[in-house]
Amino acid sequence: MLDKIKDFASDFFVTGDPLIYGADVAIVLTMAAVVFVLSYFKKWGWLWREWLTTVDHKKIGIMYIIAALLMLFRGGVDALLMRTQLVMPEMDFLKPEHYNEIFTTHGVIMILFMAMPLMFGLFNIAVPLQIGARDVAFPFLNSLSFWLFFMGAMLFNLSFVIGGSPNAGWLAYPPLSEKMFNPGVGQDFYIWGIQISGIGSLMTGINFIVTILKMRAPGMKLMKMPMFTWSVLASSLTIILAFPILTVTLALLFIDRFLGAHFFTLDAGGNPMMYINLIWMWGHPEVYIVILPAFGIFSEIVSTFSKKKLFGYKSMVFALMSISVVSFFTWAHHFFTMGSGANVNAFFAVSTMIIAIPTGVKVFNWILTMYKGKISFKTPMLWTMGFIPCFVVGGMTGVLLSVAPADFQFHNSYFLIAHFHQVLIGGVAFGYFAGLYYWWPKMFGFSLNEKLGKWAFWLWNIGFYVCFMPQYLLGLMGMTRRYSSYSWDTGWFELNLVSTIGGFLMGIGFLFQVWQILHSIKFMQKDTTGDPWDGRTLEWSIPSPAPEYNFATEPRVSAMDDWWEKKQKLASGGAPEPKPALEPIHMPKNSGIPIIKATFWFIAGFGFVFDWMWMAIPGLIGVAACMLAHSFNYDTDYYIPVDEIKRTEAAAGRGV
Amino acid sequence: MANHGNHAASGAHGHDHGHGGHHDLEALRQMGFWLFLITDCILFGTLFATYIVLHNNTAGGPTASELFEMPGVIAETFILLTSSFTSGLAVLCMNRGNRQGLIGWLAVTAILGAAFIGLEVSEFLKMVDEGAKISTSAFLSGFYTLVGTHGLHVSVGLCWMIALMFQLRKHGITSVTRRKVNVISLYWHFLDVVWIFVFTIVYMMGVM
Repeated sequence: MLDKIKDFASDFFVTGDPLIYGADVAIVLTMAAVVFVLSYFKKWGWLWREWLTTVDHKKIGIMYIIAALLMLFRGGVDALLMRTQLVMPEMDFLKPEHYNEIFTTHGVIMILFMAMPLMFGLFNIAVPLQIGARDVAFPFLNSLSFWLFFMGAMLFNLSFVIGGSPNAGWLAYPPLSEKMFNPGVGQDFYIWGIQISGIGSLMTGINFIVTILKMRAPGMKLMKMPMFTWSVLASSLTIILAFPILTVTLALLFIDRFLGAHFFTLDAGGNPMMYINLIWMWGHPEVYIVILPAFGIFSEIVSTFSKKKLFGYKSMVFALMSISVVSFFTWAHHFFTMGSGANVNAFFAVSTMIIAIPTGVKVFNWILTMYKGKISFKTPMLWTMGFIPCFVVGGMTGVLLSVAPADFQFHNSYFLIAHFHQVLIGGVAFGYFAGLYYWWPKMFGFSLNEKLGKWAFWLWNIGFYVCFMPQYLLGLMGMTRRYSSYSWDTGWFELNLVSTIGGFLMGIGFLFQVWQILHSIKFMQKDTTGDPWDGRTLEWSIPSPAPEYNFATEPRVSAMDDWWEKKQKLASGGAPEPKPALEPIHMPKNSGIPIIKATFWFIAGFGFVFDWMWMAIPGLIGVAACMLAHSFNYDTDYYIPVDEIKRTEAAAGRGV
Repeated sequence: MANHGNHAASGAHGHDHGHGGHHDLEALRQMGFWLFLITDCILFGTLFATYIVLHNNTAGGPTASELFEMPGVIAETFILLTSSFTSGLAVLCMNRGNRQGLIGWLAVTAILGAAFIGLEVSEFLKMVDEGAKISTSAFLSGFYTLVGTHGLHVSVGLCWMIALMFQLRKHGITSVTRRKVNVISLYWHFLDVVWIFVFTIVYMMGVM
């Protein structure tokens, strides 16, 4: 009996690596500390009522951002482990199998569990406030989306200590990811972790399309929407068209592994290339899904901090929309070398190059917005100005890669690695950091320390170039991706050393950000105005943090950058608009169903990973029961009375 | 659908203020469901594409024309098409305010749907019995997954429809239940359209 338990435990838990034992201890201690603190201060009820069951878009946004920052830490540690292994030839820091797992989890976590939730967090924080709405269209669904993301991410991360991590690359190409070559549970964790959170992403896409199309304040025509809201619309449309492909692709891979089917196997007629096509039909639009909102953020910031209207609004809208369309016709540029033939390659090369045109339009628009503007160099603006040159270089190397014949040289080399990190860090990460700094006062009611923020920015920005510029050269010198070590006679040592130093500089930059947040919490500079940046759009017209109903009375919009125009009118002696009378506000009730349902998905996913039907089936039954419970619940909303609105507004220093 | 069009016109500020809010909220939900159907279209599109790519890869196993028995498939098709018609009758009853008729026609629709699922399951069992399993060849993997996903959708629709009948009995025809009936009838028609593609691309082209 005891032996049996021992056998089971040695398969079930990941063993044999001191790094992992260390992590085990850290995880157990952290969880014990969390439980202790919550129990000691009697905060369980508060946590459940105020956060876990909330349907308030602002709180959901904050939870997305906290989870994303934790995932950024984990993905970042993965990155630094890899850079340490590569710092010099013939290093023995990570074993090759371990290295495979780390580059896999680094990619998955950074894209799906860091960039996506950070993006959804900012969607949630900003979009309803920018369009003058009281919440998103489907608040219950919004909470469910978050919890599905969260449980998916936890399931994926669990593979670190239980069962073993996936190791077939961030997109899990078959046949390597098939049962024949990958019999462990790592790939199943990959499939279910992404599948569960992917369903959440899909629903968020639907939610924000309806929110933006149907819930704008009266007078806000589409062509008067803030640019961030436009970018969210473009991104959400891309999500609903791309994510179903991911759902199917992962499901087919799972059917292959679970039922022995032959979609992507090497035998019985399977076709691995089908997987690679399908996954990139999702995967390419996916990178535009994460970059488009960053473009929106930069547009907001560049206009706010230059004190000028955004240059070329219409061309910006056109650029966003055309990128989201063309992004569906470029997927094959990820595998020019796989023998699709010259004509197919030519089509995808040209469509890829076409994307550079609207992107270039945007860059000129941002620069021309700054031209003759009164620029103030606050941290959000610094990240924006750091982004522009970085993204231009990243975009140019992308155009180089899109030249199909040349790609035969660049393919899967460090040139490619440097390219996509340049657009994903320089574009996406810088963009979401900028957005985080920009909307932070609105989220929490206090500003972040500028001095520490500048340190963080410069460390990240310099660290980035030090880390990735050498990688372009390494790629041209023949170093391919996913090498776990190399020999002295390759001549790659010096550049790898420099690159590792850059990686650690970015790591220090991250520590400065953590310090900045802690420091700002301690020496809180309260934002009493609700408008710390002298902003232009509706979110700055209400107190910080926004009250739960957002707008005491529904705003009426007459112009683009409506809040700015109103401020200008007041400053030039115009009479303030009369305030409409307060009415009771209709609000959705909190619900515990989303977190419970997502937990059942987690249980079902875990059961499928280990092939334990006794666990998977009750999990699925739980999911179905939650759906029915929600369907039969007709008591879903309530009204906030006028008195309470008056009290809340008065407490925020606003007369009504 | 007609409802949906009306709200699009008044929908520039679809959110709730005062007591007229509930109505607008239902219009939002119906629009959300249309978007969900778009995603489901892409889901099926991807499965069809996979099936089309793999359908000749029989790997020495049975081929489509050896396997499919058209009489059963044609019966399934007519049953499902009829159920789509009866779900339309249910909506007509609802629009006339006839709750009994609405529940009755939904019940007929559900029974036809259950008959469809029954026939499909027995077809699958027979094929597996003949040695045509999901693990036999890429063609059969694609076949079972595509047709099975459609069957799974129909089954989910069935459970949902039964739940809805209980809600209609309890709450009657309100703006909430009206939206729910509209949505499930949309879903049901959608599955019917998907089946027409399954019938054409999988079965007809398979035996021809």
